[in-house]
Amino acid sequence: MSATWLIARRELAAYLRSMTGYVIAAAVLTVDGILFNAFALGGPDKRSADVLSLFFYFSSGTTMIASIFLSMRLIAEEKQTGTLVLLTSSPVQDREIVLGKFLSGLAFLSIITLLTAFMPALIMVNGKIAFGHLAAGYLGLLLLGSATLAIGTFGSALARTQVLAAIVSGCLLVAMIVCWMLARVTDRPFSDLFVALALYQKHFPPFQAGVVHLRDVVYYVAVTYFALFAATRVVEARRWR
Amino acid sequence: MIQVRELTKYYGEHAAVRNLNFDIERGEVIGFLGLNGAGKTTTLKILGCILLPTAGRVTVDGLEVTEKPHEVRRKIGFLPDQPPLYNEMTVGAYLTFAARLRGVPARDTAARVDEAEEKTALRPMHGELISSLSHGYRQRVGLAQAMVHRPALLILDEPTSGLDPVQIVEMRALIRRLRGDHTLLISSHFLAEISQTCDRLLVIQAGEIVAQGSEADLASAMGTLGEAELELRCAADRALEVARAVPGVVSAAITRDEAGIVALTVRSQADMRAELARAAVHAGLDLLRIDRGASRLESIFIQLAKSRDPGSNDAPPGGLS
Repeated sequence: MSATWLIARRELAAYLRSMTGYVIAAAVLTVDGILFNAFALGGPDKRSADVLSLFFYFSSGTTMIASIFLSMRLIAEEKQTGTLVLLTSSPVQDREIVLGKFLSGLAFLSIITLLTAFMPALIMVNGKIAFGHLAAGYLGLLLLGSATLAIGTFGSALARTQVLAAIVSGCLLVAMIVCWMLARVTDRPFSDLFVALALYQKHFPPFQAGVVHLRDVVYYVAVTYFALFAATRVVEARRWR
Repeated sequence: MIQVRELTKYYGEHAAVRNLNFDIERGEVIGFLGLNGAGKTTTLKILGCILLPTAGRVTVDGLEVTEKPHEVRRKIGFLPDQPPLYNEMTVGAYLTFAARLRGVPARDTAARVDEAEEKTALRPMHGELISSLSHGYRQRVGLAQAMVHRPALLILDEPTSGLDPVQIVEMRALIRRLRGDHTLLISSHFLAEISQTCDRLLVIQAGEIVAQGSEADLASAMGTLGEAELELRCAADRALEVARAVPGVVSAAITRDEAGIVALTVRSQADMRAELARAAVHAGLDLLRIDRGASRLESIFIQLAKSRDPGSNDAPPGGLS
């Protein structure tokens, strides 16, 4: 068994044994359920596809917030409690530490995301939805969650405490979301750059509408890769201090 | 087994260790002695491949720590001053995780965990949550994780830190039992612990090794080899007269004089407790107590610390290597 898998398994077990994991899951499901009931199902009559699209719209917000709270503990908590030394004194690569922790967070986030499936099921009671739309939406949520979780892992590697990690990650996330607003007030080629970088506005709506573009998948995978790469470099840099 | 050459580590502008040189042979039990902030933990972390040195060369079994950190880590077990424990895990699950992390094959893991629990007397705690353990047991779990993969070198940073007296005695006995199975490098500023468990001492002060050798070597170099403490029922002048008359005594000083009982410290170039006892009895004095002085290492250490203190007027010690 590789060190990555060992670390991921231990971290996932830690989520399942701690109250924090359940509190985050409960909060996501509650908020998502309220928003779905009040704004997606409620109001004037809508087509099923529009209700599903609104469900993915609200779920994207709760997924991003959940990712920040799930990732804040990943490395910062180990620094706070002094357990990181167990990993850094073992024959394990720093990238294996970061990847193992990220995968545990992604697994837990995936569980939470799959638990929201009862809401699309409710739409199917009185309407019809395309399986492709459903699959595309959930793929988008997982890719968005993966990118946000990776940004959170980077923030967790930077910060000394979990609270600071959440603040740093939150700021990075907001900066990446509002990139598209900067595109409006800048000229080309900067406007193109900001549009391309925007975490949400440019890349998530197609998934929400049931369309999968390869460029959007590549974008979220690239953000995940670079954030994890940066987190690995931060963990490595601790050895040089 | 370990060779350290010109090891230097800077934190920003501050040199935590400077040009350290020492060797450790396989099977030795080495005490790493120094005040807080002397550079002990930094040196140990470099040996454990947790920190990278700024300059110098450190090899473990011929492997350079900066070139082959993974191979070196397989040979090392590291117990930091705060044991790295996951509170939500049971002792058994935690040790299994540590063993697998250190590359112990799955088929051998249960046996290695059993062995580590046996050596550290943790068997009854196998299924207990770490969060429910006392400080003493937590320290033992920390030691068990360091030795679960049977490393050739065990690095223990302040292993008795925060323990009560009974737990200190137990931990000391535990460390003594590890002799022969591992090369041990124990860092401490608790002098009795070092004195009772180690073959050889490395004294570090302000990032530099200021003395190394056995306790007797250091005592001899510092002129404290024959320090003895006596308690006599007599007048202070008479006690001093009798002590100073013993051939080989360098100095004698009264440390306490209360209710007809005087305590004095006698320094000589060799252990002269027998001669002092005979002289006291021969002179008709009541000898109430005589011992080598538990503070021998303490006095060595204090002298070394003073000699390196820029504000101290004491001359630096000579003859230490």
